[in-house]
Amino acid sequence: MAEVTQLIHQYLRHNKKFPLVFCPGCGHGIVLGSLVRSVHALGLSKDEVVIVAGIGCSGRIAAYVDFNTVHTTHGRALTVATGIKMANPALTVIAVMGDGDAFSIGGNHFIHAARRNIGVTALVLNNFIYGMTGGQCSSTTPEGAYTHTSPMGQPEASFDVVELARAAGASGVARGTVYHVKALDGLITAALAQPGFNLVEALTPCFTQYGRGNGFKNPVAMFQWLKERAVPLEAYEKLEQKDGRIPIGVFVKRDVPGLETRYAAMCREFREKKGGAA
Amino acid sequence: MTQHLRKKRREAFVLGNEAVVEGALAAGCSFYAGYPITPSTEIMETMARRLPLAPDGVFIQMEDEIASMGAIIGASLAGRKAMTATSGPGFSLMQEQIGYAAMTETPLVIVDVMRGGASTGLPTSPGQGDVQQARWGAHGDHPIIVLSATDVPQCVEMTVAAFNFAEKYRTPVVLLLDEITAHTREKITLPEPGDFEIFSRLVPTMPPEWYKPYEETLRGVPPMPPVGSGYRFHVTGLTHDLLGFPTSRPEEVRALVERQFRKIDRFFQDVQLVEHVDTEDAEVLVVAYGCVARSARLAVKQARDVGVRAGLLVLNTLFPFPRAHVEKLMRTCRLVVVPELNVGQISREVKRVNEGYTAVRTINRIDGQIITPSQIFKEIA
Ligand SMILES: Cc1ncc(C[n+]2csc(CCOP(=O)(O)OP(=O)(O)O)c2C)c(N)n1
Ligand code: SF4
Repeated sequence: MAEVTQLIHQYLRHNKKFPLVFCPGCGHGIVLGSLVRSVHALGLSKDEVVIVAGIGCSGRIAAYVDFNTVHTTHGRALTVATGIKMANPALTVIAVMGDGDAFSIGGNHFIHAARRNIGVTALVLNNFIYGMTGGQCSSTTPEGAYTHTSPMGQPEASFDVVELARAAGASGVARGTVYHVKALDGLITAALAQPGFNLVEALTPCFTQYGRGNGFKNPVAMFQWLKERAVPLEAYEKLEQKDGRIPIGVFVKRDVPGLETRYAAMCREFREKKGGAA
Repeated sequence: MTQHLRKKRREAFVLGNEAVVEGALAAGCSFYAGYPITPSTEIMETMARRLPLAPDGVFIQMEDEIASMGAIIGASLAGRKAMTATSGPGFSLMQEQIGYAAMTETPLVIVDVMRGGASTGLPTSPGQGDVQQARWGAHGDHPIIVLSATDVPQCVEMTVAAFNFAEKYRTPVVLLLDEITAHTREKITLPEPGDFEIFSRLVPTMPPEWYKPYEETLRGVPPMPPVGSGYRFHVTGLTHDLLGFPTSRPEEVRALVERQFRKIDRFFQDVQLVEHVDTEDAEVLVVAYGCVARSARLAVKQARDVGVRAGLLVLNTLFPFPRAHVEKLMRTCRLVVVPELNVGQISREVKRVNEGYTAVRTINRIDGQIITPSQIFKEIA
């Protein structure tokens, strides 16, 4: 444990005292830990890593870590990440987003980033709710769940984020939870190492805005829920009765070059052809 | 000798939109992200062909204008000179991110080729209805520089100026064109290296641990390193302290916003691009910009021919409003006429600085038609 803490400390910003914006029991800090360990495991230098975050509790992650960090506008992290990656393909670009960020306001950017397969890792902290604005429903809020804007229970269906990313053409698609931290570390590490667009969906409890209103006694109960509901993909497929279980693991793994690489190669060819013609 | 050199210079017969690309490339633009919209599309299409030929040039068609703005913000943070171009509806979509660029002091160029009408309006007709949107479209108090061009050669010059101002002052710069200027074909001399003084943002030279990304400097404009160059810092649209971290302490917030305005106010003279035509002895002054300035030029000449001491002030900088030039002339002229293709977006500024001193008359057209020289002539002669 002490070792883990020490490792994370190497990557925190010490030149500023921050108030921690996360509530007790929030899973966002655990995802941040996973992210840091993944960067460390890959031996990336702090200078090579760019964290682009959206707006929401999840977006605040960017301020704490000593990488190049950009806290953008709500829903637009992937657009800025795309610009950075195309401008400098050598950088490891990670877009950290909430579910509202990535799939509601930013849904269009998400499917297009996946389609063009830009070499960015999208790390989505899915807590099924808008945390920062005080608990309104998002496009991943489960049907029937209570939020401040679905007081009768959410009547709309929610996105299956994994299927969305797969259909849109992502190179890598994975889902983990903050209860299964070791596995989450692995998923993020693999996503960062693979070229092209990679989604890691991290299920993370928000007791303050979601759990309280949906029958959870305390944050621990939410972690317990994650433990019981999440099942590794292989085991999930063998289940006869799925009853509300959530598969976790790697769903898509395609080793194809990212847009930045394909674009650079096309430009080279184009220049040679034009040069030859002149 | 110069005569001989001049002969060898390459000339081209191009659209205003194509001239914008020439200016951008001359200024060092290497990144374009955009979404097609009439009447700006030729800028995008020309960029798509030209940028891949430049070493490191990047062109990308994004899914919408919001994404385009995001992409050029990212590219600029990564050290590129980046631009996008659009027209009214797309410009409206960009506003949140333009505010973000102002707050984070990210240099960018946005070309808005104005068309007629609100909403989808008149997609292929001229208008000048985006003037106040360019100034105040993004929420909150923020400085911005807005330029305009009257003809095709000026499309080159003003695009270069837009990039230079963006880089010098770490700010988004909007270049407002109108459909007429964008779609007129004229001869230009293709820019060559050395034609323009080109300014690139200052990068820090101190050791990274000393660098403060939002520090007050002598110019008020802190140096800006590209992402990934060893200077790690935090960029946020929240009000931030000198290190870039969020703050809501009143004294830090005020200091930030005041510096952002001051960095442009202090160099007011530098960013005021205007052209005086026969203003020295003018009794009647026309203030105009964009395609309307061309009609005004002829009207003023015709008025002079019939003995009216008319003059023309062409505004190439719309914001910060070239108050000093307008104010001075208002003290010596008996009448100021402001023709424009909107209900009075610049005449409002003229009246504001006038404070009731001189008579101000407006000529406004909002039907997608141009303002002709004779229409202006009638008002001044
Ligand atoms: C354009 C815009 N619309 C709305 C908001 C208000 N807003 C801030 S955060 C947020 C939702 C946050 O939810 P999510 O992205 O799921 O992140 P979380 O806080 O749950 O981590 C909203 C709607 C905003 N900042 N900008
Ligand atoms: S509101 Fe929810 S997501 Fe936000 S910090 Fe609190 S627990 Fe975490």
